[in-house]
Amino acid sequence: MSSGMYEAIVFLPLLGAVIAGLITLVGAASRHPGASPPAPHDDHAAIDHASLDSEEEVARSTAGSQAAELVTTTLLVLSWVLSCVAFVDVGFNGHDARVPLFNFITSGDLKVDWALRIDPLTAVMLVVVTTISALVHLYSIGYMADDPYKPRFFSYLSFFTFAMLALVTADNLAQLFFGWEGVGLASYLLIGFWFHKPEANAAAIKAFIVNRIGDFGFALGIFAVFLMTGSINFDTIFAQAPDLVGKTLHYLSFDVDALTLICLLLFMGAMGKSAQFLLHTWLPDAMEGPTPVSALIHAATMVTAGVFMVARLSPLFSLAPTAQAFVIVIGATTAFFAATVGLVQNDIKRIIAYSTCSQLGYMFVAMGTGAYSVGMFHLFTHAFFKALLFLGSGSVIIAMHHEQDIRHMGGLWRKIPFTYATMFVGTLALTGFPFTAGYYSKDAIIEAADAASGAAASYGFAMTVAAAALTSFYSWRLMFKTFHGAPHDRHHYEAAHESPIVMLVPLALLAIGSIGAGWPFLHLFTGDGAVEFFRDSLKMGSDNKVLEEMEHLSFAVRVIPTVMMAGGLLVAFQFYIRRPEIPERLAREQSVLYHFLLNAWYFDRIYDFLFVRPTLWLGRLLWKGGDGFIIDGFGPDGVSARVLDVTRSVVRLQTGYLYHYAFAMLIGVAAFITWFMFAGGH
Amino acid sequence: MTIGLGHYLSVAAILFTLGIFGIFLNRKNIIIILMSVELILLAVNINLVAFSAFLGDIVGQVYALIVLTVAAAEAAIGLAILVAYFRNRGSIAVEDVNLMKG
Amino acid sequence: MILQAIFFYLFAGVCIASAIMVIVARNPVHSVLFLILAFVNAAGLFMLMGAEFLAMILIVVYVGAVAVLFLFVVMMLDVDFAELRHGLLNYLPIGFVVGAVLLAELLFVVGAWVIEPGVPKTITAPIAGDISNTQALGLVLYTRYVYFFEAAGVILLVAMIGAIVMTLQHKPDVRRQRVGEQLARTRASAIEVVKVRSGQGLP
Repeated sequence: MSSGMYEAIVFLPLLGAVIAGLITLVGAASRHPGASPPAPHDDHAAIDHASLDSEEEVARSTAGSQAAELVTTTLLVLSWVLSCVAFVDVGFNGHDARVPLFNFITSGDLKVDWALRIDPLTAVMLVVVTTISALVHLYSIGYMADDPYKPRFFSYLSFFTFAMLALVTADNLAQLFFGWEGVGLASYLLIGFWFHKPEANAAAIKAFIVNRIGDFGFALGIFAVFLMTGSINFDTIFAQAPDLVGKTLHYLSFDVDALTLICLLLFMGAMGKSAQFLLHTWLPDAMEGPTPVSALIHAATMVTAGVFMVARLSPLFSLAPTAQAFVIVIGATTAFFAATVGLVQNDIKRIIAYSTCSQLGYMFVAMGTGAYSVGMFHLFTHAFFKALLFLGSGSVIIAMHHEQDIRHMGGLWRKIPFTYATMFVGTLALTGFPFTAGYYSKDAIIEAADAASGAAASYGFAMTVAAAALTSFYSWRLMFKTFHGAPHDRHHYEAAHESPIVMLVPLALLAIGSIGAGWPFLHLFTGDGAVEFFRDSLKMGSDNKVLEEMEHLSFAVRVIPTVMMAGGLLVAFQFYIRRPEIPERLAREQSVLYHFLLNAWYFDRIYDFLFVRPTLWLGRLLWKGGDGFIIDGFGPDGVSARVLDVTRSVVRLQTGYLYHYAFAMLIGVAAFITWFMFAGGH
Repeated sequence: MTIGLGHYLSVAAILFTLGIFGIFLNRKNIIIILMSVELILLAVNINLVAFSAFLGDIVGQVYALIVLTVAAAEAAIGLAILVAYFRNRGSIAVEDVNLMKG
Repeated sequence: MILQAIFFYLFAGVCIASAIMVIVARNPVHSVLFLILAFVNAAGLFMLMGAEFLAMILIVVYVGAVAVLFLFVVMMLDVDFAELRHGLLNYLPIGFVVGAVLLAELLFVVGAWVIEPGVPKTITAPIAGDISNTQALGLVLYTRYVYFFEAAGVILLVAMIGAIVMTLQHKPDVRRQRVGEQLARTRASAIEVVKVRSGQGLP
């Protein structure tokens, strides 16, 4: 609305990131050069305090961190306020906006401007991103209180927020890709924040590489779009989309349907970014990063970038039914797969990570059926309760002094009641307990899957229903094992204490959101209200009646998710409260299945065997053989060695004996004369 | 028979070759090398003068005169070097002169 | 004609023979003497060609100066009779071959060439008819080739200085006149006035 508001929303976090970054650099410069950073506070290995740098070192590196955290958090809160204003303005008052900033690329036929595209879809995402980000910033002030490298952390957090905002306000595919890569970079930096932990480094690289695979498909999709439409501007593409129906791309003697191919390639990017089945392996390992990072990036925002992208490109997807079916299948499979793995995990963050993976699958199921607004609804509510669960688990971890294994917890509800209460609310929302936010959004997805027609949709329906039961089971399992029952680690239990207020406030606010983000917004995201609210930003297909038919489903379908939820709760109660020996006995008896699930269907092992090892082998071959032997051997090293060889043999001519030299001269003279005699002079 | 230009040139050629042999076939000492150089220069002089005589061009003799001058100067310097070397190393046997060995 | 041929073969033969002896002689003094003989015979050849000035100069400069210089050095350095060292030079066959090839080529050139017909017109400085060789040389040397003449002189000067520089050794215990110091003598450093009492003498 007012000029500058949208720019402020997007660029204030960047400003925060830059300021915090400068503070980091100044702090790093003033530190003793060459000192290795002190061991992280979260490291489970015994911290040898004697080997830590002096208090002075740590003090110097924390100098300015208060300024950093305050500045970044304040700027984020400001951005959040403006986002809410924008939401009201754009969503309800209908003031869509396009704010051109500057020219990005002009090259031949390709003209790309950097512009902020504000429509209802963007507005929803702005609210989600800034809300969660501001709360995470606030939370991190408490969570990272002991960490000496806070300025860097807050800088990265704000940078991530900026990249995500750039992604959601993108007016063209290049800008989207910029934000896409930016969040990938921020994810790498933040997962590997404690970079001297080798597991953190490995996890960060894994995340980046798996994301890259998806990004490769995404890039190919962008190229295909440009090839078919001659532009990468959303307005232009969407306008031309109906003309592309039925056109084919000719590739390697195959004629493929252009739109299907484009959508499949673009979806590949979403698969990578949103950790869908086959490209999901990075998400559980990404839990190596600090918990606020997991909450912000791997629950609420970055992983939802894929969902957002599909929603943004809904005009294209709506015209490619094959691609949509593929989206449903992948989403449903992910939902089920991740839920099964989450059943047996023991690390509190990993359970929640697999839960995220599963819920993202739900969102894609909705996207695939054509009910884009329903998927966005679940994105909206999921951000709240998943971030709540992550931040709550962070609170638990702090209370248990960095213990993350739920087998070592128990009976904590007496010690950290506030955390318990908020996590309880979050679990209710996640499992879809009636009247929580998750209830409305999750059930809407299941209803949409039922309402849609086609084999893929039926598959989606079956999987999401099954996953609902599993979700309920593992969520309550987590709650029971963490907070109820007898404490397994007396020492940690005794020392447990509630987190500081700066961490509890976000928990409370998110709990309110987990309940309050559901019913009030229901009519905005489902039914006719959705079409009214989202206007042109989400395009359902012209013959897509899912949103309508969702309203007229049988009672059985509407109630089945709740039934599943109750069933899961009861089984979990039985297993972990009444008869705790059952799970152990089951694990022993069904050890094959148990280990299959515990190792996440052995995907890591399979990928390691299929891809990682051959790639490493190839890399080593190219490095030692190709680069070392061939290029270096024939290039610099080889040339220098040959020069030395030649020199060594030439040196033997320098005997120092005069007559040898004269003899050489004689041979030369004779050769000259012979040559002149036979070749003749000029 | 008439002694023509060719005869003189042949003599010069033979002297030249003998001088060359003298340089690298000698196994004795450096002085032989210097004397072989003188022989080579002598051969060149004969060549020059022969051409001068048979073409009727005095330039050849002028050139031969200059060559003579230079040969004398070079012999003087060469011998001075030899003397200095001998003073330092004590020997001018050919196989002992290998300070320039690379 | 016959006489000319006889003298030519005589001079040429002795010249070549003595050249061979220069290389082959065991005693270096013999080598030098054979070199002198070669020079003398070459002078004879020059005479036959009509370059008598050059022939005499050859005797004066080469024999009288250069060869004598060689003799001085040979005797000063006290070079021994050289023993034939075995295995020192394995290049004898190859060198021989290369040298022989060179000689063959030179002779081939000598035998097979003809002077181009246009050459007589391009002669730089034709010899005038009835003046002596010396006069002919003089006419050309100090006029057209005066720069070369001067350069030759400079070369000789440089050679002289070079030879002196390289071989001059100041023996430390030889008293020499130090002219600079003598001229820089002042009254104050040279004379000391002493009051002498009569009958006492200098203390």
